[in-house]
Amino acid sequence: MSPPSPAHALAFESAVRAHGAGLLAFCASRVGPDEAEDCFQSAMLAALRAWGTLRDPEAVRGWLFSIAARTAIDHHRARARRPAPVDDIAALAGAADDPDPADPSLWRRVEALAPARRRALVLRFVDDLSHAQVGAALGTSEAAARRAVHDALAVLRSELT
Amino acid sequence: MTLPDLGRALDGLGARARAEGLVDIAIAHHDAPDGRLLLAATDLGLLRLTLPPEDDDDVLARLAGAVSPRILRSPHPVLEDARRELDAYFEGTLRTFTVALDRRLSRGFRLAVLMATSAIPHGTTASYSDVAAAAGNPRAMRAAGTALATNPLPIIVPCHRVLRADGAVGSYLGGTSMKERLLALERARP
Repeated sequence: MSPPSPAHALAFESAVRAHGAGLLAFCASRVGPDEAEDCFQSAMLAALRAWGTLRDPEAVRGWLFSIAARTAIDHHRARARRPAPVDDIAALAGAADDPDPADPSLWRRVEALAPARRRALVLRFVDDLSHAQVGAALGTSEAAARRAVHDALAVLRSELT
Repeated sequence: MTLPDLGRALDGLGARARAEGLVDIAIAHHDAPDGRLLLAATDLGLLRLTLPPEDDDDVLARLAGAVSPRILRSPHPVLEDARRELDAYFEGTLRTFTVALDRRLSRGFRLAVLMATSAIPHGTTASYSDVAAAAGNPRAMRAAGTALATNPLPIIVPCHRVLRADGAVGSYLGGTSMKERLLALERARP
């Protein structure tokens, strides 16, 4: 006689164990070693607060990395207000026909993008996810993710030239 | 400059998450003579204790489905109580556990069987029919066996003290040798 099988769900702890090392390394690459642990913890707290909204456990890796990417950007913004250089602008600028890397208007233009395009762009170039992973993180196909990134870059190029 | 350290980052995460009230089930590992135990606690008490053969992720997935997926390794007073009492039990200085228990994973007849099992004193044993009778149905020996085989809180709810009617030790989730070792430990103390 076997016991009735209760519903299974993805425990937050299991996701942290599976992806924690990669997420901490990612945070270190975004905000530097000194702030990496704080950035990682802030990102994981945000993920835990939103844990009930994760619909597809298969997509948890991209979902966690997208939260870590947003958290890292928040860290950069907080630092920029202090102020200090923002590394990610250089990375994004390289993808957008190399405008002045310190051009603060770039972030404003990124923020003005349609939300789906902005999220795809950030995951692709800030998070370094593949198009397939961007699609998984956003719940769309790889082709749709590729198109969203392409469209976002086209908008930025047109505004910056 | 300090290099990021995953263990330290996770310790801090557990403490921050607990302080923010985001953790429904706090977990911890505890090294015991028979291997590493996994402990899980809610604010009501100890919810789950697993013996070494059980797979952590499988156990956590079941807890996530049955209670809450907001499970994280984090500090919790119930876990501290349980760890202290388990150490004392394995050292032979504790005969009766007093740590608070959250028994929500058991219901109905199974819960009654496990409550009856909790009443079996340290150093003594009972038969499956004894606990079935104490739970209100002396003929439901098979159901009693199932309740004991799926005990969410082994060691603390002493299912190892329930033996077959012919005196054989019977099966145990942690293995027959562990059951024999626990019984020997309890017999050895005055």
